[in-house]
Amino acid sequence: MTAAPAATGTAIGMSGLTVRFTTRRSQTTALDDVSLDIEPGEFVTIVGPSGCGKSTLLKIVAGLVKPTSGEVSLLERPVRGPQKEIGFVFQKAALLEWRGARANILLQAEMRGMDRTQAARRADELIEMTGLTGFEKALPHELSGGMQQRVALCRALLHSPPVLLMDEPFGALDALTREQMNAELHRIWRETGTTVVLVTHSIAEAVFLGTRVVVMSPRPGRIIRTFPVELPAHRDYAQVMSDPRFDRLATDLRGLLGSAAANH
Amino acid sequence: MTENSLDTAGRQAAVGPDGPISSTVAKAPPAGGRPPRPTLGRRVVVFADSLWRPALVLAVFFAAWWFVAAREYVPNYLVPTPGQVWETMTTQWSELARHTLVTLYETVLGFVLAAALGLVTAVAIAYSRTLDKALYPIVLFAQVIPKIAIAPLLVVWFGLGLTPKIILAVLIAFFPVVISGVAGLRSTDPELLDLAATMGAGPWRTFRKIRFPNALPHLMAGLKVAVTLAVVGAVVGEFVGASEGLGYVLLLANGNLDAPLLFADLILMSAIGIVLFVLVEIAEALLIPWHASRRAGVSLTTS
Repeated sequence: MTAAPAATGTAIGMSGLTVRFTTRRSQTTALDDVSLDIEPGEFVTIVGPSGCGKSTLLKIVAGLVKPTSGEVSLLERPVRGPQKEIGFVFQKAALLEWRGARANILLQAEMRGMDRTQAARRADELIEMTGLTGFEKALPHELSGGMQQRVALCRALLHSPPVLLMDEPFGALDALTREQMNAELHRIWRETGTTVVLVTHSIAEAVFLGTRVVVMSPRPGRIIRTFPVELPAHRDYAQVMSDPRFDRLATDLRGLLGSAAANH
Repeated sequence: MTENSLDTAGRQAAVGPDGPISSTVAKAPPAGGRPPRPTLGRRVVVFADSLWRPALVLAVFFAAWWFVAAREYVPNYLVPTPGQVWETMTTQWSELARHTLVTLYETVLGFVLAAALGLVTAVAIAYSRTLDKALYPIVLFAQVIPKIAIAPLLVVWFGLGLTPKIILAVLIAFFPVVISGVAGLRSTDPELLDLAATMGAGPWRTFRKIRFPNALPHLMAGLKVAVTLAVVGAVVGEFVGASEGLGYVLLLANGNLDAPLLFADLILMSAIGIVLFVLVEIAEALLIPWHASRRAGVSLTTS
């Protein structure tokens, strides 16, 4: 079912990424020798305890943070400075509060100088796909948290980026809305075939969404293990939750994260 | 239809909002997005409702004034009756109107210059660390130096014309604009700036579409303070040396112990300040209805 794009090679390549922050008093290592290759069309989820540098990792891929050492490539090109071929979704929706939902989505087009008619058509498609129809003009403060995050997702997808980076996008939502958003994101990923890297605290989210789950250790952040997720490409939320394979993997992850924290 | 909506988006970015009076109270998001606009009648009722309290306070104040003055608890050469003030105002109206216009002109010009200069300075400070370090001490110095103390110097330098008054108004009104502008520009969500970077937008686009509209609520608050201060600047300038303007009339009336004229003059000065303040408020309501609708109900006047 996965609409695998024709592109070959790696979508994202990270090798030996290390990040150190030097403050006046001490030096902290946020990321320690992280290497990971992500194929086009993959949905990679990264789980780890707070402060393990997961978010920093995404920012490095986006070119917003420079690693102390190591190399990153995006679509086979080395990352130097902010990258344009990506869509970024943060935990906060980060919407412009003076713009309606549709205008917020179209910010992407305006900032990029995209063709207006085309962008407008794409925005309407996304609005329909994410169930925002009827809320096009609503200002962010008139929308619920889930709705705001949908707008942010549409904005990130407007230019059909080959790579979508998501930093705990549903972390601030209530459990029910979160499940719903997970199911929706899964569907969108299947429909678009975009490469997705999603950082999360939630083991359930990581397993349900990912084709591969990457587990990171507490600071200094290292990759402890990666698990392939042996679940069908087309997933239904309720079915997956009762699938024994889901249970097994979730238990493994929980054990690994628990022991990683204990050893620290 | 789609084309049209995109146009709207573009316009929103330029000014901020998408229409003048969409600033209604939004309790819960209704199914269709935004709540419907209130009818004209409804708006009149809301307006009247917001007006009766200050009107009542003013009425009580005038009644007390009239009572004290008419019963001569205080001699009339110190506190004239409202009637005497009204009489002075009407009989000398053409003269007073001329002086009011002069002061109004100085104030408005001073305010506009202060707003423009303040905004440019705020942008420079918010964008450049070097300029921040270089300009802040000067801005602060310009603020802490007592403006009234340099008024005579300005008269010596620029003569008795309008220039020293306008400069004084600018000097006084400048500071709140800078402070509020810097605060507004710095309040931009860093994630939005990260986002703008991944959208490949240059600094000008980021400023126009994100940082400037985001700074507007802060900036408008600063402008409201600035406009009332500009009146003070103009009047103080006139005190020091002038041949026209309300400050000049005030000194004259004071010298002649002409209390009714003095009071009439004071009322006109306040009127300038109030009218200009309300104009800035209206501009605020037009520019940032999204903000007005967030703090719905707290608004001081119109909107």
